[in-house]
Amino acid sequence: MSDRRNLLDLEDWSGDAITGMLDLAEQLRDQQQGHMSRQADTHHQADTPGVELETHCPGSEEEPHQAGSAAGAEFAGPQKLDVLRGQAVITLFYENSTRTRISFELAAKALGADVANMTATGSSVEKGESLLDTIKTLDAMGPAIIVLRHPASGAAETAARWCRAAMVNAGDGWHAHPTQALLDALTLRETLGDLAGKRIVILGDIQHSRVARSNCWALTALGASVVLCGPTTLLPQSFAAAYPDRAVSLTYDLDHALEGADAVMALRLQKERMAGGFLPSLREYRRHYGLTPERLAAYPSLPILHPGPMNEGIEIDPAVAHGPRSVIERQVANGVAVRMAVLAWAAGVLDIPEKMKDGTRKARKASEGHGR
Amino acid sequence: MPGDVTLPIWLRGGRIVDPANDVDLIGDLIVVDGTIRAVGKAAEVAAHARALEASGQTVRAVDLTEEQIVAPGFVDLHAHLREPGLELRETVQSGARAAARGGFTTICCMPNTQPVIDDRGVVEWVKALAAEAAIRVLPIAAITRDQAGAALTEMAELAEAGAVAFSDDGKPVKNAGMLRLALTYALPTGKPVINHCEDPDLVGQGVMHAGALATRLGLRGWPAAGETVMLARDLELARMTGGRYHAAHLSVAGSVDLVRRAKEQGLRVTAEVTPHHLLLSHAWVAGDREGLLAAPHPPSSTERGRSTFKADRVDLGRSLSDGSPPLHPQMGRGSGGGATSRYNTATKVNPPLRTLADAEALIGGLLDGTIDCIATDHAPHSAVEKACCFDEAAFGISGLETALGALMALVHAERLPLKRLIAALTSAPARAFALDAGTLGEGRRADVVVIDPHARWVVDPATFASQGRNTPLAGVELQGRVTMTICGGKIVFEG
Repeated sequence: MSDRRNLLDLEDWSGDAITGMLDLAEQLRDQQQGHMSRQADTHHQADTPGVELETHCPGSEEEPHQAGSAAGAEFAGPQKLDVLRGQAVITLFYENSTRTRISFELAAKALGADVANMTATGSSVEKGESLLDTIKTLDAMGPAIIVLRHPASGAAETAARWCRAAMVNAGDGWHAHPTQALLDALTLRETLGDLAGKRIVILGDIQHSRVARSNCWALTALGASVVLCGPTTLLPQSFAAAYPDRAVSLTYDLDHALEGADAVMALRLQKERMAGGFLPSLREYRRHYGLTPERLAAYPSLPILHPGPMNEGIEIDPAVAHGPRSVIERQVANGVAVRMAVLAWAAGVLDIPEKMKDGTRKARKASEGHGR
Repeated sequence: MPGDVTLPIWLRGGRIVDPANDVDLIGDLIVVDGTIRAVGKAAEVAAHARALEASGQTVRAVDLTEEQIVAPGFVDLHAHLREPGLELRETVQSGARAAARGGFTTICCMPNTQPVIDDRGVVEWVKALAAEAAIRVLPIAAITRDQAGAALTEMAELAEAGAVAFSDDGKPVKNAGMLRLALTYALPTGKPVINHCEDPDLVGQGVMHAGALATRLGLRGWPAAGETVMLARDLELARMTGGRYHAAHLSVAGSVDLVRRAKEQGLRVTAEVTPHHLLLSHAWVAGDREGLLAAPHPPSSTERGRSTFKADRVDLGRSLSDGSPPLHPQMGRGSGGGATSRYNTATKVNPPLRTLADAEALIGGLLDGTIDCIATDHAPHSAVEKACCFDEAAFGISGLETALGALMALVHAERLPLKRLIAALTSAPARAFALDAGTLGEGRRADVVVIDPHARWVVDPATFASQGRNTPLAGVELQGRVTMTICGGKIVFEG
């Protein structure tokens, strides 16, 4: 258990580390789906950015790739891997979720883990149990990993100090949603190839978005530039200084943002923001920031992403959400693969090369000299 | 020996700093029967001591070096002692012991207790508790009943009963008309009306200083304007009413400017600042100990390494008892040497820690007298109120026991003359609330503190007398500490 590690955010992750995690996700997906060739390729690439499945995977002795045939893809059908056999993964969700919770559960099961799911409703949380006590209680049951979604920023980082299990952040307040950013990065990489030099627009309610924040770190680490776009009340100027050494810029004009963009990610516009007075009307929002077929007509092949759940007809029109350029379902599918990689890594069973960019944080803040 | 009120105390050879009487000299001070019998050049004071000894009295002589400072006992205009009603956080007794350890001999306690100090009965209750306390505790009464902002308290009777000021602290007086009435109605009492400036519509659920750092951490911002908007309003009301107004815990540069201008215009305004707003910044929330109290220890090589591994031991007890992060390499993001964990709830305070530029402006305001005094805003909380997520944690820092040690960093860095620091802790707050305190004048009540300005010590909240262990300074080395506190002629702390 000494090699467990937390995924709290992507703020000090290097591009190489993220690439390694995405590679691992693809390899695990192929392996799980029964495509054996890629796994064999991995075998040859042990010295290059890749994974060492055969050294850590408990079930590797029996796996067919030992036969050594790397010629062509053999399809053996979907199968359960043994990577996390005998280990428990607990998902602990204080907020509602469809995609994230189910994909963590499927990912853990695909790796052979035992999975227990807990939500705040219907648990001792409703009796007033604190996060600390809940985490301690769950940790006492000896899980390898706790996956936490919580409405307070910093919850996962705080809870990680209280438990022996590896902590995987499934979303904390407005702060971070690292697996979402990884699956976005994987989807973009599949769609655009290498992200270096690419220009990605993140559109909508940036202020309240952990997805936007995690993508600012992840996509820029991969060499892309991020253009944040949204109404002034939902995109405060403080974002301009929040990522001082990263290629993050702000604009309040969507048409301007779309010029030269390689992909657009629309964020969910929470209707509560209306009550908060951030916007005069949903109509005006759609008029200026909605992804409509008319607005996108000049960019027929521009890939469209959305972390879901969508408000169709507000931030994104149905024709766009379900149109040919949409990669939204691709994102969902990649969510399972990315979370398999993250869980295997967090449990300390599989490695990725060079997690940290040397001095990433040091460059930003001389007084911080730490890794994880 | 501690507690023996009858034994005269003769402090010999220290540096006596008494801003109230414009004294700064090497000399002696002798305390007899609860009052200061003599203070000044050694030869003159020694005569008093010899006379006492000649008459058969035992005199306790304390020999000091010329480095050690003898000053009036400190006066704190802003402390939360939580009793009655919130005794899990603090009691009058534990708060008073903490005050004694911090060198304070007079503290004014805020009325946000349960019940609120808003009628004569609760004032008498607190006074009865205070009668048993190690040091002098003076109640501040609420401005409005139950601090609800709707109806004035019986201010005249509360003042008669012993309330030294009025405040709805923790809750701003949101309604301008209500504050106007309070400033006006309180005029005959001569007692100041204190406001905690926080515009609720601007601050909302803000938990840290609004800016790029809050944006990065995903925490709700508490903007500087949330303070200045209400302070500007209050100063206009002070002008309109001629009322006696005191601004609590200024935290931003703009507030210093507002108070400076108000004083130039002759308004009857005073202001306070806390040690943490003078010395810390919002970077501490992000785990960066920047500023004068940045931890001086270099990080060890083990802490610096690529600590992807968790330690085997989870020391929950420690993290709970002192509000500081557990000390494993893996657990905090940072690791020694100026960095600690992010989202440390011990750094959550209201108003929030601001920028270093704000701290600079506050120091400037203290230097030029715009800000009259330093108050701790001692706000103890139980461990459970801080062992949670940042959003959910209670606001407040337990400050009585670290105030002097932290503030001495300003003196050591030559940012603030020692005499001004001592004045801001003694004569200035006493003057602001017209308290009989904060002086070493002969014949006055013997409230005296002895300070070793160079003693280095590491803050360990587990050793606090306060029940509140919530301090961002846990593990930080301070230079300067109180070695003796005398209250009313009695030694109430010696260490």
